Amino acid sequence: MNIAPVTSKRLFPLGLLFLVLILLSTLPIYGPKYAVILLTDILLYVILALSWAIFSGPTGYISLASAAFFGAGMYTSAFLGKALPLFVVVGIGGLISSCLAFMAGTLTLRLRGMYFIMFTFGLSQLIKHLILWWEAHVSGTIGRFVIIIDVITVYYVILVLFVMALLIAYLIRRSRLGLALQSIGENEDAAAHRGVNVTVVKVITFALSAFFIGAAGAIMATRWTYIDPSISFNPLYSFMPVLMAIFGGLGQLYGPIIGGVIFAYLEEVLITRFAYYYMLFFGIILVIVILYLPNGFVGLIQKWRKRPLEGQHAST
Amino acid sequence: MYVKLLNIIIDGLLTGGIYSVIAMGFGLQYGVARVLNVSHGEFIMIGAFATWSLYTLFGVNPLVSLVICGPVLLIIGFFIHRTLFTRIRNSSESLAVVEGNSLLASFGLLFIIQNIALLIWGPFVRGLSFLSYPVHFAGTTFGANRLMTPAFAVGISVAFYLFLANTRIGKAIRSAAQEPAIAGLMGVNINQVLALCFGLGALMASFAGSLLSITYTISPTMGLEYTAISFIVVVLGGLGSIPGSFIGGFILGLIGSIVSYFEPGLSLIAYYVIFMLLLMVRPKGILGK
Repeated sequence: MNIAPVTSKRLFPLGLLFLVLILLSTLPIYGPKYAVILLTDILLYVILALSWAIFSGPTGYISLASAAFFGAGMYTSAFLGKALPLFVVVGIGGLISSCLAFMAGTLTLRLRGMYFIMFTFGLSQLIKHLILWWEAHVSGTIGRFVIIIDVITVYYVILVLFVMALLIAYLIRRSRLGLALQSIGENEDAAAHRGVNVTVVKVITFALSAFFIGAAGAIMATRWTYIDPSISFNPLYSFMPVLMAIFGGLGQLYGPIIGGVIFAYLEEVLITRFAYYYMLFFGIILVIVILYLPNGFVGLIQKWRKRPLEGQHAST
Repeated sequence: MYVKLLNIIIDGLLTGGIYSVIAMGFGLQYGVARVLNVSHGEFIMIGAFATWSLYTLFGVNPLVSLVICGPVLLIIGFFIHRTLFTRIRNSSESLAVVEGNSLLASFGLLFIIQNIALLIWGPFVRGLSFLSYPVHFAGTTFGANRLMTPAFAVGISVAFYLFLANTRIGKAIRSAAQEPAIAGLMGVNINQVLALCFGLGALMASFAGSLLSITYTISPTMGLEYTAISFIVVVLGGLGSIPGSFIGGFILGLIGSIVSYFEPGLSLIAYYVIFMLLLMVRPKGILGK
């Protein structure tokens, strides 16, 4: 008697996800071009937030290295875009970011809390200035042109990356790796004593999460056609994933997705009206969220769900 | 050779002095108020633009506006901490959560302040010419502003240190840095003291901004660069150590001027390389405990 609601409860989000994915994958057939471009932007932000949350969500290590990974992907595209087929370029972009994350991860094993935040921030700034200097003094350019690829192909690549990131995030959550990450977030020393190989778990997950950011950078570079270090290593790409994921809420998988969708759409709406000042609204929203929604959007949803239950308890 | 060396040293002291002032404020905000204030650079920018506006609109001497803007930003900083960060402190369960949420809130402040500045002053690069006449010093010629700024920076830093070391409020601040809970039991109004620390950080940022506006060009988006430098100096000197920030600022300034003498584009890269090596090898910094 109790089985029916339980299965339907599990099947409902899965069915919904399936429906959304079918809608998304058939969109270019009937949707206008604008919708395709808008959804590419939204999916990009979702990928950034989701992959950031894969590592930083459960462990509590706030990484500001996303800009480094994203920019590395973009520069891969600029250097290899003409020589190799698109999928290979995107894959290599992701792998280079993973290697970068792997190195950064092994170097920063001892750093916790603020030191880790500062190190990752320093990493993305260092790479940005190195490339800036290299381009100006050795190759004699400021920016680079990237081959142009039609919007629909870009859209499908981004969609595939999104599905992959979602799948990986889901699988990690359900696996022993996810539990290990969770325990690191709760108490790293205790986790190490219980036999979790803290180092390996952290580095692998960090590298895995960087893959999607780098791959997304590689494909988005073709949309923007021209890149320079200030565009591709913009510190905003470090900040935004953090803000989106926290805004959405880290407790559930759909938190960063909601955050990414809302931020991308908000940016699209605000940037057309207040081209220069839309970040002001982000700032205000951020402060309000920190003050009134400490657990993000997910926390709010869970609060709504719990309320009627609490009411029942109170009445009995 | 002698002239070149003197130039390097003066440049190093100039940037180093400003770095010291910036980092001392930043270090106080993190070391005591536990706010890793990413918007520190924005307070510097506000100080610089307030000085610039007062000078170009009303002809106020930048050294006078230094004294005017500082206290105004102190009060603003105090109230920002009372309204925003005190609430975060009270609603979060552990110190790590307080630090994380404060970091995010200061990101919000960064966007808000920077964009308000863009609304007021527009996205242009500005500069003012004050005390730019040449001065003959030790056999060579310098702009007067380039000699005066380091002197002021050192003066401000020393005064700030003496304030923390010798006054009653300074004692309260130091006790709050060591053991906030026990300091509270001993009769220190902890919320007031933490807010004051945040305000003092804003005060130092404003001083640095005023000094910057005399010697360098300023723009509303300049803040992040100085925030990054505060990170580096504070880690170099030792997180939470005010004398460390003071010394670290001068060391970094001198390193920067030496590197940029050989290759101008490399000074920022040198900063970040030092920063990351330090984090890996000795995260405690020079004077860290």
